[in-house]
Amino acid sequence: MFSMFKPKPPKEAAPVAEASEKPAAAAVAAEEAPEPAKASWGDRLKAGLSKTRFQLNSLFTGIKVDEALFEDLEAALISADCGVPAAQTLIEQLRARAKRDKIEDGETLKRALADLITDMLRPLERAMNLDRPKPLVVMISGVNGVGKTTSIGKLAKYFQSRGKSVLLAAGDTFRAAAREQLVTWGERNNIAVITQESGDAAAVIFDATQAAKARGIDILMADTAGRLPTQLNLMEEIKKVKRVIAKVDAKAPHEVLLVIDANTGQNAVAQVKAFDDALGLTGLVVTKLDGTAKGGVLCAIANARPKPVYFIGIGEGIEDLRPFKAHEFANAMLGLD
Amino acid sequence: MLDNLTNRLSKVVKTLRGEARLTEANMSDMLREVRLALLEADVALPVVRDLIAKVKEKAQGQEVVGSLTPGQALVGVVHKELAAIIGGETAGLNLAVTPPAVILLAGLQGAGKTTTAGKLAKLIREQYKKKVLTVSCDVYRPAAIKQLQTVSEQAGVDFFPSTPEQKPVEIAQAAVAWAKTHYNDVLIVDTAGRLGIDEAMMAEISALHAALKPAETLFVVDAMLGQDAVNTAKAFHDALPLTGVILTKLDGDARGGAALSVRHITGAPIKFAGVGEKLTGFEVFHPDRMASRILGMGDIMSLVEEAHANIDLEEAQKVAAKLKSGKSFDLEDFKSQIGQISKMGGLAGFVDKLPAQFAQAAQGADMGRAEKDVKRMEGIINSMTRQERAKPELIKAKRKQRIAAGAGVQVQEVNRLLKQFEQMQGMMKQMQKGGLQKMMRGMGRMMGGGGFPGMR
Repeated sequence: MFSMFKPKPPKEAAPVAEASEKPAAAAVAAEEAPEPAKASWGDRLKAGLSKTRFQLNSLFTGIKVDEALFEDLEAALISADCGVPAAQTLIEQLRARAKRDKIEDGETLKRALADLITDMLRPLERAMNLDRPKPLVVMISGVNGVGKTTSIGKLAKYFQSRGKSVLLAAGDTFRAAAREQLVTWGERNNIAVITQESGDAAAVIFDATQAAKARGIDILMADTAGRLPTQLNLMEEIKKVKRVIAKVDAKAPHEVLLVIDANTGQNAVAQVKAFDDALGLTGLVVTKLDGTAKGGVLCAIANARPKPVYFIGIGEGIEDLRPFKAHEFANAMLGLD
Repeated sequence: MLDNLTNRLSKVVKTLRGEARLTEANMSDMLREVRLALLEADVALPVVRDLIAKVKEKAQGQEVVGSLTPGQALVGVVHKELAAIIGGETAGLNLAVTPPAVILLAGLQGAGKTTTAGKLAKLIREQYKKKVLTVSCDVYRPAAIKQLQTVSEQAGVDFFPSTPEQKPVEIAQAAVAWAKTHYNDVLIVDTAGRLGIDEAMMAEISALHAALKPAETLFVVDAMLGQDAVNTAKAFHDALPLTGVILTKLDGDARGGAALSVRHITGAPIKFAGVGEKLTGFEVFHPDRMASRILGMGDIMSLVEEAHANIDLEEAQKVAAKLKSGKSFDLEDFKSQIGQISKMGGLAGFVDKLPAQFAQAAQGADMGRAEKDVKRMEGIINSMTRQERAKPELIKAKRKQRIAAGAGVQVQEVNRLLKQFEQMQGMMKQMQKGGLQKMMRGMGRMMGGGGFPGMR
């Protein structure tokens, strides 16, 4: 799964835990700010997940392994938005493992839990394959306010840094000034944005798909308006957008991504299910993992409807959108190195 | 939809028949289910713990009265405690200060502050009859200012322009000065989204608050927010003296446990709820109804109100008069009944507000399709002549073909509609024979008495 990163930063394929900071820095170097960003990725992820870590960490220090500890751990996992079913599964597995391996100290138990979380999250760990016939059409969906447009901006930069040409389609024709937001962003970063004065999201994206074909663009990213899965008419509309794209290229959209706000509670699972049922999701982008946000919701998703997490966002900066690594993530959740 | 408390409890309740009072022993299983249900609804863990402790204390030794089962009695206690946390009274805005009354909006990124600013402006303009000015201090997100300008225009209120090069405090002060000279009663200040742990940004909004001395400082929260709601609420509560909370995206299928957490931490009343992206999708918040929603008991009160507001009384009376006069129920009446349902926010909206048991029953049906069916039925009836609607027995093969062609459906669908109509007609006839009163009595009991319609 590291193969796609190999060509550029050669160190990328190193074991993740220790080298987690280096590949990030190397990849950043490929972009723009080589020095200051160094050593930042792993730290940032950890800082981002600090709240979870703090809570979980304090449970492990100098304590004996007993029933009360498991109860507390379950509570901590739930507090990290893991959801009840996933937290219960993890704790059951941890109990079994503690018994089997006769784990008696907190530190070992913590490592065991990290391993279990890693196992749970591993199915989500998959990189997005960028080397495909062009244009690679990426459709972005999500509920309101999760950071779709912002993520598109960051992804565009990321794709550019991997030597791809990018075109954006302003498919959010509904929210006030959504188009301007994307256009402003495009101007700042020298990326062409296809827009229309008004009208239909499907039409804009159809145009953009044709334009991408004509201009020989590598990757086209199509923004869509935020919608809640309960708004049935809007869910129908986004299905239509997908159908219309397929008219230009039968295989497009090649990727249908759902953007999820990591601050969302258990509704995130409902979102994944609803959008997957409507569109057939190929991957997820998880935003706003910085701050006091907790990554536990990924466990809930892994438990209920696993979908590859292509990228996680842990900060405002463009370099803060990164591929997802289960091991690294589990360790950051628990504050392990 | 998520599992809800009613469903969870019904599992336990079965083992608990015939016990006369709630005791520590028979409650513990149920309390575990209550705890899980609350956690699944995204109520934050510390809040859940508090709540469970209180429920335990209050429920201990309580008699199980009447036909209630112990589970139902316990849910009654939980509901009361939830309602107590979430606050009893509906809270309004305090705008009684020297104009302009400043309303400062704060919240996380993507909570829906700008959309809320537009909705709030419209509400204040229309219901409070005030002259409103809006201003954006979001100098960070591209096109945020433009977005506020657009929604302000849609809301029909004044907008004070700003640019990303300015400082937030300067913008706000200039807006206040402008509002004073232009006799605006209310100034709504939209701010950039920020994280509770971002110290620089929290300092910025504190400075903004100090400079503006707002009449209302409203915290805008996404109803879908998870366990982190406690920390976020705490951070904003510590930085700003919040006077109220606005819950957004409440039209989603999240249970909205965050509302409880935020209220518990800040103590500030939840004043409004945002539903949908249209500027009209904004309601005064009813705390007791939210408690029911979190428990999964449905929002019967809202439903009743909505029914009152949206059902055309005249129409209903026409049907009633017709029934009384002994005339038969015809297709025209049938159509108006179908129309009533779609006026009440469609079938999906209707089911959403039903208590869990009924909603569960309706879950099997695909609401989107059901709604389409309703539209289709209307279409078929619209393709009939007036005479046909009054005398459905006229409709034979030839007419059916014409109607089907006119409505763009198969003849079978016309047949199906006629069959459904006949069934309805049969029901109406029964009601005429005094069945109506019986039916109404049943309905009254369901809506009014007890307060736990889902538990019956």
